Amino acid sequence: MEVDRLLGSGKLGKPFWGGNTCAEFKVQLLWLPFSSSKSKKTLSKTGVKNIVLVDGVRTPFLQSGTTYADLMPHDLARTALQGLLNRTGIPKDAVDYIIYGTVIQEVKTSNVAREAALGAGFSDRIPAHTVTMACISSNQAMTTAVGMIAAGQCDAVVAGGVEFMSDVPIRHSRKMRKTMLSLNKAKTLGARLALLGSIRPAHLAPELPAVAEFSTEETMGHSADRLAAAFGVSRREQDEYALRSHSLAKRAQDEGLLSDVVGFKVPGKDIVSKDNGIRPSSMEQMAKLKPAFVKPHGTVTAANSSYLTDGASAVLIMSEEKALALGYKPKAYLRDFVYVSQDPKDQLLLGPSYATPKVLERSGLKLADIDVFEFHEAFAGQILSNLKAMDSDWFAKTYMGRTSKVGSPPLDKFNLWGGSLSLGHPFGATGCRLVTTVAHRLKKEGGQYGLVAACAAGGQGHAMVIEAYPQ
Amino acid sequence: KMVTRAVAALSRFTIRARCILFAARSHVNCEIKGDVAVIRISDPNSKVNTLSLQMQKEMTEVMDEVWGNSAIKCVVMISSKPGCFIAGADINMIQACKSTEEVTRLSQEGQKIFEKIEKSPKPIVAAINGSCLGGGLEFAIACQYRVATKSKTTVLGTPEVMLGLLPGAGGTQRLPKMIGLPNAFDMMLTGRNIRADKAKKMGLVHQLVDTLGPGLKSPEERTIEYLEEVAIDCARGIVNKKLALTKEMNMMQKIQDHVMSYSFVQNRIYSTVEKKVLKQTKGLYPAPMKIIECVKAGMEQGPDAGYLAESQNFGKLAMTPESKALVGLYHGQVACKKNRFGVPEKEVKTLAILGAGLIGAGIAQVTVEKSINTILKDITEEALNQGQHQVYKGLNDKTKKKSITSFERDSILSNLTGQLDYSGFEKADMVIEAVFEDLAIKHKVLKEVEAVIPPNCVFASNTAALAIKDIAAASKRPEKVVGMHYFSPVDKMQLLEIITTDKTSKDTTASAVALGLKQGKVVIVVGDGPGFYTTRCLAPMLAEAVRVLQEGVDPKKLDSLTTGFGFPVGAATLADKLGIDVAAHMAENLGKAFGSRFGGGNLELLKTMVAKGFKGRKSGKGFYVYQSGLKDINPELKEIVESYNMMPTPAVSSDSDVQYRLISRFVNEAVLCLQEGILTNPVEGDIGAVFGLGFPPFLGGPFRFVDNFGADKLVEKMKTFEEVFGNQFTPCQLLLDHAKDPSRKFHRLIH
Repeated sequence: MEVDRLLGSGKLGKPFWGGNTCAEFKVQLLWLPFSSSKSKKTLSKTGVKNIVLVDGVRTPFLQSGTTYADLMPHDLARTALQGLLNRTGIPKDAVDYIIYGTVIQEVKTSNVAREAALGAGFSDRIPAHTVTMACISSNQAMTTAVGMIAAGQCDAVVAGGVEFMSDVPIRHSRKMRKTMLSLNKAKTLGARLALLGSIRPAHLAPELPAVAEFSTEETMGHSADRLAAAFGVSRREQDEYALRSHSLAKRAQDEGLLSDVVGFKVPGKDIVSKDNGIRPSSMEQMAKLKPAFVKPHGTVTAANSSYLTDGASAVLIMSEEKALALGYKPKAYLRDFVYVSQDPKDQLLLGPSYATPKVLERSGLKLADIDVFEFHEAFAGQILSNLKAMDSDWFAKTYMGRTSKVGSPPLDKFNLWGGSLSLGHPFGATGCRLVTTVAHRLKKEGGQYGLVAACAAGGQGHAMVIEAYPQ
Repeated sequence: KMVTRAVAALSRFTIRARCILFAARSHVNCEIKGDVAVIRISDPNSKVNTLSLQMQKEMTEVMDEVWGNSAIKCVVMISSKPGCFIAGADINMIQACKSTEEVTRLSQEGQKIFEKIEKSPKPIVAAINGSCLGGGLEFAIACQYRVATKSKTTVLGTPEVMLGLLPGAGGTQRLPKMIGLPNAFDMMLTGRNIRADKAKKMGLVHQLVDTLGPGLKSPEERTIEYLEEVAIDCARGIVNKKLALTKEMNMMQKIQDHVMSYSFVQNRIYSTVEKKVLKQTKGLYPAPMKIIECVKAGMEQGPDAGYLAESQNFGKLAMTPESKALVGLYHGQVACKKNRFGVPEKEVKTLAILGAGLIGAGIAQVTVEKSINTILKDITEEALNQGQHQVYKGLNDKTKKKSITSFERDSILSNLTGQLDYSGFEKADMVIEAVFEDLAIKHKVLKEVEAVIPPNCVFASNTAALAIKDIAAASKRPEKVVGMHYFSPVDKMQLLEIITTDKTSKDTTASAVALGLKQGKVVIVVGDGPGFYTTRCLAPMLAEAVRVLQEGVDPKKLDSLTTGFGFPVGAATLADKLGIDVAAHMAENLGKAFGSRFGGGNLELLKTMVAKGFKGRKSGKGFYVYQSGLKDINPELKEIVESYNMMPTPAVSSDSDVQYRLISRFVNEAVLCLQEGILTNPVEGDIGAVFGLGFPPFLGGPFRFVDNFGADKLVEKMKTFEEVFGNQFTPCQLLLDHAKDPSRKFHRLIH
């Protein structure tokens, strides 16, 4: 009871714990196993293939500019693939296809899936492609895999995601690029010199990639701050939520629950075996930070946002028959999924609010049926706004054309092993982490249904229902 | 801890309850939130807040209470109306005054209230969302701190000059100090609206607040709440000295301020601005000079002299005919932004335009901007390409000016379909043809279109001179045919002249008006006849202009005579812009319809010009030669004019005579249009002439001009001209009626 109360009964508006210090908080977060006497129906549908998650792994997620700094994206992806091979022991030629998700592309390895697969020792006869859908890129990789299997075209697909923010393509200015390209075509020395002479200091200013919407030119943090303001989410609530995320992640890390992490011997550096961005702080410390985007009165700060992260993930997805034939004990069924999209300006990060009721409806479930929630935490303010949106009849009616709210996920089932705020958020890799975590938590907590939901740039969103594989 | 919170909540509740008891007030409401008084403004009888007498009275009461309440440490001033902080002073309040002194007193009362606001011992934060104009801006700049939303509707400005007035409640004194002389003059002399981001850069507001999207309340409501929350934090920040009232200046600003502090620099600014104003107004508009005078008085002789000059000049200006004419135009414009034909049965969701020329593409641009599906059809790929490019360019220029993003531009453009055939016309709710001005061609397209459009689709003809009933003669459904006369360039010219025949149904008219209003136009609806209203007024004036040229006046002189009278564009330049071929075509058609009254200048002169390829601006040569942005008198013109040479009659050829010859023919034709029922009322006549033809705005339009100038005096002048030139100057009956009875006026007298 005590834990239930402390983790919050899912009601927002009130702080879910009384602003205690972190130490107190941790002591009170004792693990209480849920009763495993659930006997809900399976979501298996006749005529639809059962598709399973065999296993999932990821590299440690590191703050960008740290130990991975000198690598390239495909190095991380390759490590995740190798980790998956080791973990599952799958014969390299038993995989039919490889799909990777990524957001900021290294131009040299634009099909990073292929480059990583070749280096990971997969047969060069396995085709690979790369998808991109902002923060739900690896979700897209996984659902593409599900689609291929459901269509009977493949039996075993590796899906994954990678993001490498330690190095991003910084380009010459458009004017400079144009001059340089013309230089290639210039025939005479005179023409070349004329072109070189046309270069002005302004040409030399580089173009930096920004985490901003192309359509609205607004940075995501700015949008998150406006979203939090729109839903009346206070700075304190956001800081409390961020602290919760870090505290839970720390506990999960300490208790060894983050078993999807595979160690990585970084060439020339130490072995990395842990996420390095988990930093439970205190409310006092966090309160000192200035707003990062909306100045001076904003509420989104560096401490209550996810940070730039390097990392990769991979999952092995199969048809149930194939998995069983190969002798696997799958971890979970991947069931219904949806993609949604809304106004990229004012509803940029509300994807989970739109996707959750839709996917539950598809599965014939209610929010109360879900045992494990794993939502992507882009910003504390974004998570809390989504929770408020899902708990609002007015929002459901006015913006989603629904008759009533879907309800807010209870916090005692919500992101209990930390989230993107604390574990880190390599854009393209987060989706696989969410799905693998749901599978692991369902097993650990004895639940039957899990729900993954995430928002993404472009005003898009995704949700997927996952069912525990019978024990 | 719990108990104290409960007590605090309870006491807050009682305070609030007390406040609501107070609030027998209808316009101003005050909520006390701890140590902050939140004063909310909302005029229950209007969409916008104005500084009416009632508003001022309640505001004074509330402020006295706030100042008297020691528990209150600071104040937030906010409007609870979405889209409007305070739109300005109440124009009717000024119009109701009968004397200069009365208006001066009004100004002084305003000055006094704002002085108290400025000197408030408790900091007042103005929280601005929506229009903050005129008196509203003067109110805001009297406050200690300003926070504004970044909303597109948030604009700050001093539009008084456009009404022939000046900012009369301290604006001329506070603005220069706040944003510097150059910016202050720019704002006050142009009256233009300043967007929030620009206002922040200029130092007009201290902080900006983002607009919010969907949340647990409507975006508009929540944005105002958020603005209030931020403003309350600011107010408390000022009290706690955490927020500085003066912004730290960068080196550039410091240098600028220092330079500006020298009186010779200031004097230099005054003289430059004065020169510029005189050049632009030709001395016809008194307000700009008075604004400069007030600023100067304050800067040179101190605030007492400045405020006195402001209130006295405000009083004087309010009584000038120029101001009254401009206020009349303002009211007329408001009236022409309403659809007096009611809501059409079917909203236009798909519009098809025939002809991708200047006008057709212009119509397309103003239509796609309102998210209406628009089909632009032409018969050649070249013409279509040019038209589509024009729409793109129009929108892209807006992107360059940052009034829309490139994404918004693309998304707007996605409403446009360019094509050479009639596909998709079966879904059109309205078709506007803007093809060549030739009845046979118009009939041809009308028949083609009627074969493919649905039965409820309106067919509108964009023509400057052809009678709509002649076009409708080829129609199977004349009740669906209407005229829509746009002015070029369509995206800049505000007027739309809608022409109805006696067969046009009311719903067809309503539909055309509704579309025009949606396109952002000021709409007048006139009866059918050759040249309708606007072209018919313009033609005799241009005929007279040709005669003046034949009398040996060169185009430059002609232009300066017309602009000297107050037209924004001279008659010769106007003809070049219009196209000499178009002018000739128009003159010929109308000459046939109205006979010798439309004579004067020799039509052959224009025809010879056309034959030589001098078609005006578009061909590079007309009365002028247009080369690389410069214009000079066409050297070959002289020869043509000489072959049509006429001897001027000295008695009617002074500069002033020439001006009145031009204007009287315009005005007489306008009055005749009212007499004949082409015009429904003088208001639309004035609006049409000013917004469509550039009739001098300070005269308020032809009808206001007759009222102010005196119909008798005008008739007298015309009779002198009539003796020399004949029936072109015969005053119409209605004008004669007005001349006979000086109490007859076209507009209700405004004191």
